[in-house]
Amino acid sequence: MFGLTKKDTTLLIIVAVLAIFAPFILNPFPEGSAMAQFNAGYPDLMQRLVIFGIFAIGFNILFGLTGYLSFGHAAFLGVGSYAAIWMMKLLTMNVIPAIMISVIVAGLFSLLVGWISLRRSGIYFSILTLAFAQMSYSLAYSVLTPITGGETGLQPKVDDPRILDGALQSGQTPRANLFGLEMGTSYEMVVGNWVFTFNAGYYIAAIVMLLAFYLSIRIFRSPFGMMLRAVKSNQQRLNYTGLNSKPYTLAAFVISGMYAGLAGGLLVAMDTQVGAERMFWTASGEVVLMTILGGAGTLIGPVLGAGFIKYMENIVSKINKSILEQWFAFMPDGMEDFFITIVYPFIGKGWHLTLGLMFMMVVIFLPGGLVQGGQKIAGLFRGKKASDDAADGKTTPAE
Amino acid sequence: MDAIILQVLNGLDKGSAYALIALGLTLIFGTLGVVNFAHGALFMIGAFCAVTLSRILTLSHTIIDDTKTDFLGNPLKVEVPYIYDIFGQATGDVIIDWAVPLSILFSIPVMVAIGFAMERGLIKHFYKRPHADQILVTFGLAIVLQEIIKYFYGANPIPTPAPAAFTGSFDFGAMLGFDPNTIIYPYWRLVYFAFSAIIIGAVFAFLQFTTFGMVVRAGMADRETVGLLGINIDKRFTIMFGIAAAVAGLAGVMYAPINSPNYHMGMDFLVLSFVVVVVGGMGSLSGAVLAGFLLGILESFASMGAVLEVLPGINQIIIYLVAIIILLTRPRGLMGRKGVMEE
Repeated sequence: MFGLTKKDTTLLIIVAVLAIFAPFILNPFPEGSAMAQFNAGYPDLMQRLVIFGIFAIGFNILFGLTGYLSFGHAAFLGVGSYAAIWMMKLLTMNVIPAIMISVIVAGLFSLLVGWISLRRSGIYFSILTLAFAQMSYSLAYSVLTPITGGETGLQPKVDDPRILDGALQSGQTPRANLFGLEMGTSYEMVVGNWVFTFNAGYYIAAIVMLLAFYLSIRIFRSPFGMMLRAVKSNQQRLNYTGLNSKPYTLAAFVISGMYAGLAGGLLVAMDTQVGAERMFWTASGEVVLMTILGGAGTLIGPVLGAGFIKYMENIVSKINKSILEQWFAFMPDGMEDFFITIVYPFIGKGWHLTLGLMFMMVVIFLPGGLVQGGQKIAGLFRGKKASDDAADGKTTPAE
Repeated sequence: MDAIILQVLNGLDKGSAYALIALGLTLIFGTLGVVNFAHGALFMIGAFCAVTLSRILTLSHTIIDDTKTDFLGNPLKVEVPYIYDIFGQATGDVIIDWAVPLSILFSIPVMVAIGFAMERGLIKHFYKRPHADQILVTFGLAIVLQEIIKYFYGANPIPTPAPAAFTGSFDFGAMLGFDPNTIIYPYWRLVYFAFSAIIIGAVFAFLQFTTFGMVVRAGMADRETVGLLGINIDKRFTIMFGIAAAVAGLAGVMYAPINSPNYHMGMDFLVLSFVVVVVGGMGSLSGAVLAGFLLGILESFASMGAVLEVLPGINQIIIYLVAIIILLTRPRGLMGRKGVMEE
């Protein structure tokens, strides 16, 4: 189906089903119960899950296939976001032109950055991309304030020109929409104690994510994808056979930059504001982390990694001391205090500590990420035959 | 003229910090072939060594002073640092005042120990892994170290003053025959520059004039051959890692009075230090030092008012711009050697 093999089609369908039923899957706990705060089925989080999924899928096309580790991808996300918000300020609050322009602008910017950075490889490439990203970040904060809004950032205002939209009546606020369907529109379904929220913005983002995922499968399976893998495994050999690998790596770089721009545009579509901090290099580190955690070079890995990190971020930072006390209440007092003291640094504001530790553990023990972990576990159940299966299956370990 | 001298001086302290961090990075890279993204965290931990020591020195216990009363007429409770009990008040005050320089002694063993632990516990297992993995695992480690410091010391910068003797400024203008008050330079920054010059000199002398240094240099050139000669090169490289960690830590200790330590200062310096290493030439020690000072001074020139009028915002990006230009025109950096990191 769609020019995919049977295995890939199954994978695409699984992802589609997960995306469509996410409001159910992420809301396992009934409203009002003690666990309800761990529900993730509210629109804001679900939107971020899929948008960062897109970002990671794009990053994986570069890092997973060619092995070029970019530390500056957040710059493309940021540039895309700024382009989108200007579209909303000048043209219309409809999200389609905004998203289109964000992809185009991010693509052009990544063409420039890639053209320069790809002259070098290895660590030099990482540092060049990092330098470009930090440069964009500093500029957005200082000189480019008229365009970027500096520290306050940008949001659509009532008196923006918006030449395609009619004038807003007084008291109306500009809202992002798709031909009149506002992104914030939600339908709530109440089943017993459960409340499931179906949000227009989420489903639009999810459809875009599925398209992006489909495109990435096609890229992975194409001769072009094969070429990129060749760059990763032995670029020198590729050059010796008389092939110029630069156009291929540059194309991969631009494609992944466009994915980042798409994610940036969608972020603006869902939440109409931009600040320079989303270009900071920790944001670039985060997308690297998502890809590695899920499994670089695999199809499903980045989506899993992005979902996992954004979900954990949300859940772990919500836990506070009183919740811990509830959890450990069954223990004798001394032991309870002991456990709370141990766990406390890792929760709430300590989320980054957990993240860093998780990151190290994954790189040390599971270089192939969650996907490799899943394969290993599956291999344990199926015995030795599994390791042969994994090699030619839909997932190719990173190294 | 005086403005130019002032900018050169202003660039020196930042340049010294860049040079020291870049030197450590290059030492680690040259010996172990590992790209250490956690090096900025070592710099930060050094600065927090100074904070810790000044906190230890001011640890106090409460006594009731009968000679004074508070506004209710009760005997006044005063906090007395333990150090007064040991050395008496006058000496105690001096010791507390000199907490930052004293931290140098305190931080060296701490940093060397941390360096050993890092190398033996983590980085040792990554020699054979690709550079990307090394970058990623040390990046993770940097996050972890940073968050641990944040957990214990909070997110706010902690002011750590220099000794009172160094608080003033030095009037270079008067000395060099310009108008007084045109070239004012804080004493502590002079101390910082002199200190880093000594450290850099010491590292170079150590590598150049000791047998140990000779073996290490031989190992950097050809690790395998040195190993075949029956020398335990791994052990020496581990020691070099400890030294590199100590250099970064010392840079941090002495930087504490210039910039109040906060948990993310390491990351801020790390990104720039990497750029410095790349500009200087990967694996070249003198290149790292040269590029560190050069970029520090360039940055301070770029923040001059006259320059900012012509090119607004240039001070924010000058280092990155220079790095991009250098990498494109001289791919090996200013003093890079052939065959290092060229895949």
